[in-house]
Amino acid sequence: MADFDQQELTEFTEAAAAWFKENTPHDVDFMLPLTFMEVGTDQQFNFLRDWQNKVYEAGYLGAHWPKEYGGGGRHRAFQDAATKIMAQERTPIMLNAIGLNWTGPLLIDRGSEDEKQKYIKGILSAETIWCQGFSEPEHGSDLGNAQTRAVKDGDEYIINGSKIWTTQGNYADYMILLARTNPDAENKYKGLSFFLAPMKNSGVETVPIKKLTGEYGFTQTFFTDARIPANCLMGNEGEGWLIAMQTLEYERGARSGQAGGHVMMMADPTDILGLAREAKLNGRPAIEDPAVQEELVALMTEARALGLNSRRDKIQPLAQDRPMSLALGSKLSSTDFYQRLNAFAISLQGTRAAYYVGDDSAHDNGIWQRGYLNSFSATIGGGTSQIQRNIIGEHVLGLPKS
Amino acid sequence: MSALDNARMAPRIGLSEEQAQLLDIAESFCRDKSPVDKVRALIEEEGGFDDAVWREIAELGWLGIGVPENYGGIGLGMGELVPLVEHMGRSLMNTPFVPTVLAAQALLRGGSEAQKEEFLPKLAAGSAASLAVCEDHADWNLENLTAAATRRNGKLVLSGKKYLVLHAAASDIVLASVALDGQAALIIIPADALEGRMTREKIIDDTQRAYALDLDGMALDEDHLLPMEMAADTLAHIEQMASLLLAADMCGGAFACIDYTLDYLKTRKQFGKLIGSYQSLKHTMVDAHQLYEKARSHLYSAAHVFGEQGEGEMAVHMAKAEAGEAFSFAADRAIQFHGGFGFTYDCDAQLYRRRAIMGCALHGDTRYHRRKIAELMF
Repeated sequence: MADFDQQELTEFTEAAAAWFKENTPHDVDFMLPLTFMEVGTDQQFNFLRDWQNKVYEAGYLGAHWPKEYGGGGRHRAFQDAATKIMAQERTPIMLNAIGLNWTGPLLIDRGSEDEKQKYIKGILSAETIWCQGFSEPEHGSDLGNAQTRAVKDGDEYIINGSKIWTTQGNYADYMILLARTNPDAENKYKGLSFFLAPMKNSGVETVPIKKLTGEYGFTQTFFTDARIPANCLMGNEGEGWLIAMQTLEYERGARSGQAGGHVMMMADPTDILGLAREAKLNGRPAIEDPAVQEELVALMTEARALGLNSRRDKIQPLAQDRPMSLALGSKLSSTDFYQRLNAFAISLQGTRAAYYVGDDSAHDNGIWQRGYLNSFSATIGGGTSQIQRNIIGEHVLGLPKS
Repeated sequence: MSALDNARMAPRIGLSEEQAQLLDIAESFCRDKSPVDKVRALIEEEGGFDDAVWREIAELGWLGIGVPENYGGIGLGMGELVPLVEHMGRSLMNTPFVPTVLAAQALLRGGSEAQKEEFLPKLAAGSAASLAVCEDHADWNLENLTAAATRRNGKLVLSGKKYLVLHAAASDIVLASVALDGQAALIIIPADALEGRMTREKIIDDTQRAYALDLDGMALDEDHLLPMEMAADTLAHIEQMASLLLAADMCGGAFACIDYTLDYLKTRKQFGKLIGSYQSLKHTMVDAHQLYEKARSHLYSAAHVFGEQGEGEMAVHMAKAEAGEAFSFAADRAIQFHGGFGFTYDCDAQLYRRRAIMGCALHGDTRYHRRKIAELMF
């Protein structure tokens, strides 16, 4: 992409900062989801959809996506600036995460002209909500083994099977669907195809899953002779694995192109300092305990390392010993870190650790307890931490397959 | 700005053009000059390093990197030394390089103009030097001093002992910390004054050389004393510099040790399978690698912001804490994953593990540096 005018970026950033200060809602009287995987009620969904639309209309989402498809047509630095402000201001999250982060960049990078025209604007404006259909009940991390069938019948495909952990499945208009078109292919991967499948369709049923937090946000999706137009196929039959792997690279941050805006509100590790000062252990502020201090320092050191890792990845001479190491390692290290951070936060609360969201005695209204339980969605979803270790062990360290 | 504000700020990292070049040069130099059979051969020699390699290092100008041009150096900073020491760590190379550059930097920081003019050009050109800052109390606090100097008949008369003086036998000068009038002081001891006062210590890292120095009754002229008003600041600077370079050495060691273990895991078979295909080993290697990557990010961040008040200090503490942890874990698992072979002296895993212990023992281990961060932060 061409260079950009620094002055213009400065003005854009100032305008964005002012806009978010002015427009970020603060008086919401219900609990907002901290991540896109926690949208459990219509009230939450409608609120976040309106918010994303408003941000998009103001020009702070997809600012760097091509103008002809609904983006802002600017340099990526503009969107990065807006995204940073959103994180700093702790604005509500962007709702349409699968569309913004995975489907959108995938379409821009390898979609047909028709597909780009048809889908990209709706992704940005949140008019069309996207979900992902990769995992199946019997094959959580083993995506290559997906059994959902797609059988061609004239100018349609007939879909049968079931997908699980469909984020916002009950709200979604489209699914990026990995399905088996050829069970007799020479290997399991070559039998898979990739679809941009409509969800508001007969034969598609979504059943909400109650999460370990007691809330909703995911569904199981059942396809029973669901007919979708044949032109929903992305690329060619048999390319499903390839396209799915590319999609996972966006998901794991190994490939860029995401629309921007934050889709998860992670606890800032310095937030935990506030908690450590406030929470009491044995009658004293937890932060006065030397053991607590040491653990806190270790966590804050680790938080800095995660930020430094992604910056170092862009400094070529410091990232070439083992190519892809930092990019492929970031999901594992960050999801694992946030889990331990939340668990540590609970451990600072003495008997209050026992309380949960909704009780007046709960610390910070129970966000740490809820955050800890929710953190497993990230260490399990998108390839469990154990699968990540296989991937890194094999692709980065060159160890033999397990 | 408080340390807490620093913690909130996005940490910075960068690489100068000089650092990038040195990274390249150091990689091939250290690989060529310090293959592991040579490292093992040097263990058997009294001096513990190859004089020819030491002279080459001097000729490459590396000893003058941090020395200003008017004292015969190149005038770059501590950050430029990091890539060199990192690759020395990867190759288990051992020369008086680190003690010499630390002594030179300490003189630059706390020496008088006359002392700088006399010694810095020599140290930049290949005269070895060392620091004598450790004592029998085993305390990492460099201001805890029992060795002392008193003024008698126009001379400074020393008492006490210093320990873990690296490469003292090869050094032309040793910079020693002593208490003088109840305050910290640094004093230059020339090699001839050390004759008969040096005992080689049996240290855990066989590739290194350390000596105990007996200072009792040593008499030196007043002009050997560094200006007193800078001594405490110089000691603090020594801790920062030494920690940064030890972090570099340990990061390099962690990388090499992981690499060494991976080679074994890719070739050794048990129960009919390459042992690297077993997840208990594979996943642990990934954990070791991830720790190493985090430590390396901290290392180059610390190199980038070195010398900045607050932020620079915190970054160094983090770099040393994390490098020590990463190297210790990787080397500990390296021994274990080599199985029976790992228990032998022939396996290189022990070389790494011993070097990791040594690296943590000098200028503070992980817990010590985390405590320092806590003091800055809370």
